[in-house]
Amino acid sequence: MHELSVVLHIAKTLDELAEENRLSRIGSVTLQVGEVSGIMTDYFTECWDYFKKKHPLLSDSRLKLETLPAVTFCEGCRQEYETVRYGRICPYCGSERTYLLTGNECIIKEIEAEDQ
Amino acid sequence: MRVIELHRSVTESNDRDAARLRAELKEKGVLLINLMSAPGAGKTTLLIRIITDLRGKLSIAVLEADIEASVDAERIEALGARSVQVHTDGMCHMDAGMTRTGLEALDLDGIDLAFLENIGNLICPAEYDTGAGLNLMISGVPEGDDKPLKYPLMYKESQALVLSKLDTLPYFDFDVEKFRERVLFLNPGIRIFPVSARTGEGMEALEQWLSEETAKWQEREEHA
Repeated sequence: MHELSVVLHIAKTLDELAEENRLSRIGSVTLQVGEVSGIMTDYFTECWDYFKKKHPLLSDSRLKLETLPAVTFCEGCRQEYETVRYGRICPYCGSERTYLLTGNECIIKEIEAEDQ
Repeated sequence: MRVIELHRSVTESNDRDAARLRAELKEKGVLLINLMSAPGAGKTTLLIRIITDLRGKLSIAVLEADIEASVDAERIEALGARSVQVHTDGMCHMDAGMTRTGLEALDLDGIDLAFLENIGNLICPAEYDTGAGLNLMISGVPEGDDKPLKYPLMYKESQALVLSKLDTLPYFDFDVEKFRERVLFLNPGIRIFPVSARTGEGMEALEQWLSEETAKWQEREEHA
C-alpha cells in the first residue's frame, strides 16, 4: 500500500514537470532510495509496472533504482557508522544518543524525456 | 530523448500543497489538528469526549479518514457535530490533496477547530504533511510503553501526545515514567497528556490546551 502511494506522488510530480516543460513521453525515471527509507524495492518496481500501464505519460518508462547507504552519527563519540549493520546503538562507545545522517531519502534524481 | 535533472524529494509536491492549505486555514481562522495513532488507540472515543466537553465553547468539526466504512463519522454526527467521511480506497495515509478534498466537503464556516482523524497506522501518516496546524498523536496504555522505540517518527513529528486509556493501567505492565522518558528523548518539546476519555481523568488539561492553541491560531490570523 505504501509503495503504491509513493508511486502516485512521483506520478503527480512528473505530471507537473511534463506540463511545465512540454514533455510528451518519459523514457526513464531514476530514483534514489535510502536503505532505511522503508521502501521495499522489489515491491516498488511491481507497483511501478502496474501503475504505468494506466498512465500514458509513463507507459513506456523504465524505473532505475539507486540505493543510498544509511549512516548514523553518534553524539557520544562523534563517529559515524553503518546503520543497517549496527542499528541504533553506537558500536564504538555503546551510546544510544545517535541519529540518522542519511538513508531515509526517496529522491527523484533525473528523468529521460521526449519533448512534444 | 533528453535528460532532466530533478534531485527532488518525492514528498516535495505534497509539502507545497500542505503549506498552501495551512496558509488558507490560518486565513479562515480554523485550526486543523491531524490526529494520528494505531488502530484502536481511541481516536473516535477521545473526539466524542472533547466535542461533548467543549460544546458551547468551541465549534468543532471532524474529517474522518478510513480505508472503508463510515462507522466513525456516524458516531460523531450523532453528537450533532459536523463530520465528513473520506475513504482512501486502500491508501495507508492522508496527504495534503486528500485533506483538501475532504475539507471542501466539510463546510468550515463558523468552525474554530477541525480534527482530521487519520488512518489508524503508526508509520505512513507521519511521513506526509497534511496541511494541519498541529499534529496530535494518541498512544494507548494497552499498546505498551515500548512504542516510541519502534515507531519513532510519529513521536518526533507530533507537537502533543495523548496517553489514552489511563483507566486500564492496573491491568497492563505499562511504565508511565519510562514511556515519558522515551518520548521526551525523541522529542524534548512535546506536550504529554495522560487521559482516560472514559472516566474523564486528565481531560481538562488537554481541553484547556486545545482551547489555548485554537485562540493562538486565530489571534495570529488577525495580526497577519
